[in-house]
Amino acid sequence: MYNFEFEKPTTVADAVAALGGDDAQALGGGQTLIPTLKQRLNQPGKLVSLTGISEMNGVSVDGGVVTVGAATCHADVEAGAGAYPALAALAGQIGDPAVRNRGTVGGSLANNDPAACYPSAALGSGATIVTNTREIAADDYFQGMFSTALEEGEIITAVKFPIPDCASYQKFLQPASRFALTGVFVAKYGDNVRVAVTGASEEGVFRWAEAEAALSANFAPEAIDGLSVSADGMVGDIHGTPAYRAHLVGVMTKRAVAAAH
Amino acid sequence: MFNSAIGKDFDYREEFMTQVSMTVNGQAASGDVEGRTLLSTFLRETLGLTGAHVGCDTSQCGACVVHVDGKAVKSCTMLAQEAAGATVDTIEGQANADGSLNVIQQAFQDHHGLQCGFCTPGMVMSAAALLKENPKPTEAEVRHYLEGNLCRCTGYHNIVKAIMAASGQDAEAIAAE
Ligand SMILES: Cc1cc2nc3c(=O)[nH]c(=O)nc-3n(C[C@H](O)[C@H](O)[C@H](O)COP(=O)(O)OP(=O)(O)OC[C@H]3O[C@@H](n4cnc5c(N)ncnc54)[C@H](O)[C@@H]3O)c2cc1C
Ligand code: FES
Ligand code: FES
Repeated sequence: MYNFEFEKPTTVADAVAALGGDDAQALGGGQTLIPTLKQRLNQPGKLVSLTGISEMNGVSVDGGVVTVGAATCHADVEAGAGAYPALAALAGQIGDPAVRNRGTVGGSLANNDPAACYPSAALGSGATIVTNTREIAADDYFQGMFSTALEEGEIITAVKFPIPDCASYQKFLQPASRFALTGVFVAKYGDNVRVAVTGASEEGVFRWAEAEAALSANFAPEAIDGLSVSADGMVGDIHGTPAYRAHLVGVMTKRAVAAAH
Repeated sequence: MFNSAIGKDFDYREEFMTQVSMTVNGQAASGDVEGRTLLSTFLRETLGLTGAHVGCDTSQCGACVVHVDGKAVKSCTMLAQEAAGATVDTIEGQANADGSLNVIQQAFQDHHGLQCGFCTPGMVMSAAALLKENPKPTEAEVRHYLEGNLCRCTGYHNIVKAIMAASGQDAEAIAAE
């Protein structure tokens, strides 16, 4: 790793000020960033840790919305998001216990890894990404693999998840990385069903519109029969071909609908 | 301090290092670190506590697991300065006060939960974190909790047995697969 300065502010305002300088970068739980720095893929002059900011930490429930501070680690979401069981269950499936004790929801959404779990929960719930300057709808936030609507120096402070009638996340594990080979998050809000797919597309997380329409009319696994996504643009690697991933999208969607009931 | 390579006064320590203090295995510990110094490096190289092993250095193997404020973390994937002021527990602090092995360590010995021993410090620290959260885990819960701890020798079976025994359960009831 190249050396850098380290700063650990205790307020969002101080963090934003510290990030204002040249080549400063936010540090969440470091579970993605530290491995990247070890490979010298990145050379920030300063890391600004967000984990000492109490206003960015914790889970609260108010008026049908679960708000998660962006510096809350996955283990605390698993323990604290009981009002939204599918979200708590998703957090509990990320990586392993030590990763969950450090990795944060803000870091996961800022990174937008195409195989990460949280992006599917945010998109599948129609969540709102709250930053130090604005609120961004999940539909506008994800902009393809590893890219998001965040501006330079902008930090996620919280994420607001509307609580659905029912929901489920089904992850087909890639056992070596512990990420999703393909994962599907299904959430039902009244007559409106959202289906978000991670791990499959080269564009990162996406909504499967045909499945949403079919499930909004009939919220049952059979509603998916006959539907398929194209293998074009799906990820292909040693763990699975594009056609295999496209097939998994249908399978995991059905499982999620069955589990959501 | 005059540095002949660059022909002027230059003190690296002054320029690039910060003192961190934390409580390690119940004792105050401090030392000078850079921004990039990992907790694993600080424990092993500054404090000489080489029990936490660096197996992969890519956040995959769990040989470096220690507890920070009671939570299991991979010390190779946390900056030393992030642990400033924290309570850190490592394998070196696990034995009983009289120096004998604690319940988990003894169970690893009794059930042959180790061969080369490289993964063992991380396994024991993960097991300790699990049993604190869940004093009587099922076999499935033990296996799930150890997902981030890799062992290249034992095939895991005896490690799971040891942890079941350490939690006061019947280790022999676990069938070999
Ligand atoms: C072994 C292993 C297994 C894993 N398995 C999974 C898995 O199954 N599913 C999954 O989803 N993830 C998985 N992860 C990734 C893990 O969840 C990471 O914690 C997460 O992706 C990044 O979060 P972090 O807090 O560690 O962020 P960091 O690593 O600290 O930062 C990541 C990026 O986000 C930026 N950033 C951090 N916080 C903010 C913020 N609040 N606002 C703006 N930018 C910010 C940083 O500058 C950096 O660019 C795994 C990681 C490991 C090491
Ligand atoms: S050395 Fe830290 S996880 Fe392998
Ligand atoms: S005992 Fe050798 S790696 Fe586990």
